[in-house]
Amino acid sequence: MRKPIYLDYSATTPVDPRVAETMCRYLTLDGEFGNPASRSHAFGWQAEKAVEQARADVAALIHADPKEIVWTSGATESDNLALKGAAHFYQNKGRHIVTVKTEHKAILDTARQLEREGFSVTYLDPEPNGLVDMAKLEAALRPDTILVSVMHVNNEIGVIQDLAAISKILRPRGIIFHSDAAQSAGKVEVDVAALGVDLLSLSAHKVYGPKGIGALYVRRKPRVRLEAQMHGGGHERGMRSGTLATHQIVGMGEAFRLAREEMVSEAKRLSGLRDQLLRGLSDIEEVYVNGDLEHRIPGNLNISFNFVEGESLIMALKELAVSSGSACTSASLEPSYVLRALGRNDELAHSSIRFTIGRFTTAEDIEYTVRLLHEKIGRLRELSPLWEMYKDGIDLNSVQWAAH
Amino acid sequence: MAYGTKVLDHYENPRNVGSFDKADPTIGTGMVGAPACGDVMKLQIRVNSEGVIEEARFKTYGCGSAIASSSLLTEWVKGKTLEEAGAIKNTDIAEELALPPVKIHCSVLAEDAIKAAIADYRKKAGRSDSANAA
Repeated sequence: MRKPIYLDYSATTPVDPRVAETMCRYLTLDGEFGNPASRSHAFGWQAEKAVEQARADVAALIHADPKEIVWTSGATESDNLALKGAAHFYQNKGRHIVTVKTEHKAILDTARQLEREGFSVTYLDPEPNGLVDMAKLEAALRPDTILVSVMHVNNEIGVIQDLAAISKILRPRGIIFHSDAAQSAGKVEVDVAALGVDLLSLSAHKVYGPKGIGALYVRRKPRVRLEAQMHGGGHERGMRSGTLATHQIVGMGEAFRLAREEMVSEAKRLSGLRDQLLRGLSDIEEVYVNGDLEHRIPGNLNISFNFVEGESLIMALKELAVSSGSACTSASLEPSYVLRALGRNDELAHSSIRFTIGRFTTAEDIEYTVRLLHEKIGRLRELSPLWEMYKDGIDLNSVQWAAH
Repeated sequence: MAYGTKVLDHYENPRNVGSFDKADPTIGTGMVGAPACGDVMKLQIRVNSEGVIEEARFKTYGCGSAIASSSLLTEWVKGKTLEEAGAIKNTDIAEELALPPVKIHCSVLAEDAIKAAIADYRKKAGRSDSANAA
């Protein structure tokens, strides 16, 4: 068994060897290194052909038309292009945007920037299970609302939002609907028609493709307009200029093609491993799953081990590559804003670990993880004054803490 | 987050973990921090009749640096008078453990903990002295 065991697939995934092999054919002199925008020779034509095949493969995974795919540098750029592009284009119609507090920073920080430009933004609170309440969403809409952005799958807790239900509310009002699908593509079925989204952000490196490449789905029927954020040679029908990175694009295309072929069997296998992990931890006292377990991608388990601080737990779990909702490393000392938005108290938010499993995780990896957690949680709780107080029957909420 | 070797040593092999009886008049207890901030330290000292700390125990909920800061402190205060122990500065702890700037607050918390433990002991001792006098 290779250690540390990688259980952070929502942060990034290794490139699938089949993808890497494909990419290598688009770099060197003996490969297709041409500029896809070169119209005057075969080097350009071959590169363009590869790019268009990849475009078709990406489109196929989300049931879109290839013409609706715009290449970007990744989901962050896609989110920026979607939000700023739509807001700027439709600002004469209205200047109100709705999103959710548990969105990725690529959405929240972009929304903040739009606020600085004079747009007004409503940040919805999710329900305690992480899902958006439709009535609350509907109540937040105004006559001047032009854009709603709700992520498909949350990166920390893995919950799946009901995008189809949201679009049913938005469609009759003519409000543009964007969704960040960086964490859902290749993990759950994404059908842009069924979900009713107008704009959808995609990333390659969460789906066993390379980093530095992503895409934005831009609906054509009815047509959604965007103001370009990157100006230049007018690539990607003017929406995103810049020479296309052929090797990255074919990598994303191959990764998405494989995802489409293997998604169903992979999801089944990952559900099994996730359940094995959850079962293995269920006999530890004071363990809480963060986020809805039913509406959730197979590979995610976010758990709070009460009375054990997340960062020290990560230190104890140095044989595992996982991430924590505790942000003691940052100057702010703020725990995960996602878990706080669910209404989790500070202790639980500070005590959370995100396990995300993927294509190369094995049952042996999970078995080892369960054993290690039992041992380390026990050790850290022996060190924890909060655990001692809990065992003595003291209600921690009744304690007057000397905050610092 | 990369930790220094001294932090790792204290984290892997914490010294003097445990608890004394809070009600014992020779024990001073300091509990500082808050779960909301991600760290809580409990530091206890056993003080002899000469005002010298004979033993110390700690329990800490917090990151590796917080655990290391309190572990180190229990080693340092042993054999010191209350005055000497109360003079330990957070900068001494931070320097010894080579804490990075974002972890300085862990050493501040450790200094607060020993001060709180000493204050608790003195409060109890004062009360029991006056009880003896009466």
